Amino acid sequence: MAYLDYAATTPMYPEAVAAMEPFLSDTFGNPSGAHAAARAAKTSLEEAREQIAAALGAEPSDIVLTGGGTEADNLAVKGAARAARDAGNGDGVVTTAFEHKGVLAPCERLARDGFRVTRAPVNAAGIVDLDALEAALDDRTVVVSVMLVNNEVGTIQPLADVAALVRARAPRAVLHTDAVQAVPWLDVTEAAASADLVSVSAHKFGGPKGVGALVRRGDVPIEPLIEGGGQEWGLRSGTANVAGAVGMAEALRVTARRRAEEVARIRPLRDRLAAGLVERVPGCFVNGDPTRKIVGNCHVGFPGVEAETLLVALDRDGVCAAAGSSCTSGATEPSHVLEAMGVPRDAALASIRLSLGYMSTGVDVDTALELIPRAVEQLRPAVSASR
Amino acid sequence: MTPSPTRVLVAMSGGVDSSVAAALLRDAGHDVTGVTLKLWGGDSDSGCCSAADVEDARRVAAQLDIPHYVFNFADEFDSRVVGPYVDAYADGRTPNPCVECNRSIKFGRLLERADALGFAAVATGHHARVRRDTGGSWQLLRGSDVAKDQSYVLYMLGQAELGRTLLPVGELTKAQVREHAARLRLRTAGKAESMDVCFITRGGREEFVTARAGTSPGTVVDGDGAVIDRHDGVTGFTIGQRRGVGVATGERRYVVDLDAATATVTLGRRDDLLRDAVELRDLCFVDGAPGPADRVDVQVRAHGATMEGRLDGTCVWFERPQARVAPGQVVALYDGDTLLGGGIAT
Repeated sequence: MAYLDYAATTPMYPEAVAAMEPFLSDTFGNPSGAHAAARAAKTSLEEAREQIAAALGAEPSDIVLTGGGTEADNLAVKGAARAARDAGNGDGVVTTAFEHKGVLAPCERLARDGFRVTRAPVNAAGIVDLDALEAALDDRTVVVSVMLVNNEVGTIQPLADVAALVRARAPRAVLHTDAVQAVPWLDVTEAAASADLVSVSAHKFGGPKGVGALVRRGDVPIEPLIEGGGQEWGLRSGTANVAGAVGMAEALRVTARRRAEEVARIRPLRDRLAAGLVERVPGCFVNGDPTRKIVGNCHVGFPGVEAETLLVALDRDGVCAAAGSSCTSGATEPSHVLEAMGVPRDAALASIRLSLGYMSTGVDVDTALELIPRAVEQLRPAVSASR
Repeated sequence: MTPSPTRVLVAMSGGVDSSVAAALLRDAGHDVTGVTLKLWGGDSDSGCCSAADVEDARRVAAQLDIPHYVFNFADEFDSRVVGPYVDAYADGRTPNPCVECNRSIKFGRLLERADALGFAAVATGHHARVRRDTGGSWQLLRGSDVAKDQSYVLYMLGQAELGRTLLPVGELTKAQVREHAARLRLRTAGKAESMDVCFITRGGREEFVTARAGTSPGTVVDGDGAVIDRHDGVTGFTIGQRRGVGVATGERRYVVDLDAATATVTLGRRDDLLRDAVELRDLCFVDGAPGPADRVDVQVRAHGATMEGRLDGTCVWFERPQARVAPGQVVALYDGDTLLGGGIAT
């Protein structure tokens, strides 16, 4: 099997599994309690928070543990916008047209609630249009949310440039970045340093599913989504996911330690994969500027082939890939990311995402280069004959 | 059913019939893959493609240990089924969207995709039977459970489709299907049947159609042209529908004509509906047209009784006058249990 869907999720690092194990058995205390069992859990939770903070370039008190990346995005966008409006700071929300649904859906909610929401366009290369973004900013803008790395095409957004515009044009705005896809490939302590709020998700970098974090720098006001016992500085109530936090901390530690080496190792694999597909499949095209994307991303299209059909053929051959953005039903929805980049609908529906990660090897690339061109060739005549 | 093991793609709606279809094919030794079609992007209450139904299909596939996929045909469903459905009502016709879905989606797009992926056949949970006669031609027979027979909505299947179609539950009664599902402990064993048009929401058909087609108010007239009422649009009416009681005579009155161009609904007596013949379009035959002298069994409703008639060109002549078939409805022709073909009433 060739697993080429690391952008969807990653296998857990054995180190993270081992780190979590005690908290799924002996160390079961509720960290909010006042006894020895609770203290043991509390100590481990706070140690994990310190590690997470260090790996993300933040203070432990800046870390709000959440139930994943989407929750962190929701908390950032809705929480900051509502708190700012309550404080009378304004009502403007600015994002991009190709954010993850975890940001776009909250923005739609805010628009229904009366906020002025602007989605800045992105160019064909997969980079936000800074002029359009700047034009959308004003002194009533309260939240700006621009992702660090796009989840479909892998392009790295110029966050420092975005931050400079925000500070100059929208002094009251909070800058949020969804860094969910960035962590394995970019040192977010630098890459996301200019953002006030940063979302991450553990399962994208070898940690467990169902745990993430929102970095909140400088006590940016946020209204909580989930209220109750006041855990996580009152921003996210509910008994802490101790095992999850410990697993995330360990996964971050391993990721940070191996990152430079992995980037250097994966880059030539990805380049060989992309170049090999372009060479072997007539008409094959690459989505997103290859010089501006993370090294794990290979987003390619095969004219005349339906991605949805190709994924079935590849799955049968043992190749795990993705297309568009998967919704809960498992149906492939036409990609709003490619649409925002101006990719024609036919080309978008013919495109798939191959994403590599820390377990990927040259054998996976060889397998993909053998099976994908063959599958495309088998599907093409049937499709063209019936049209 | 095809005797030798073959690669089959089963369309699994999340209902009991298609669940059992998949189980029967797997147990017959076929290499079975399940697929659920996402057809409708909008809201739906009775929906055949709600998230819960997809989940049911996925869980049954997991129970059967077969691969399962979801194909998103929402674009095609909208352009080939929902759009024409709305246009038909706006035009004063009474469409059958399940027929168009079978024609364009299940035995159109899905069959095309199954071919591309190298599947030898597509299977569904329809109650009808596929047979091969001694001459090697494919035949479509009514399902074993006459009350559940669905051959009517499959009237468009010809040799090219039937040779690649498996309908395993057509060999069973509905009770046997449920028993089989219960025996296999399929989670869909006791699931209620979907009865309504899958994409119509709680607001009902008229609300759905007018939301997409708009309204064009007009008049309700009597046979002599006298205006007796006003209406919000012809989309709310169907030929043959009972519509109140005549003021003068006390007789029941029926919609006998719809003219979308002038937004006129004409009421009349039941006798005014009687016709000797119905003209068809989109004629299809399973294995060639019957001769003009051949007596055929004519069915004009999904579960209605048949009547005797003859097909001459594109016109079906009834043995005895029949209530007018609403334009847009399927007229299926049989020889006993064997489907001959059919068309859409004009």
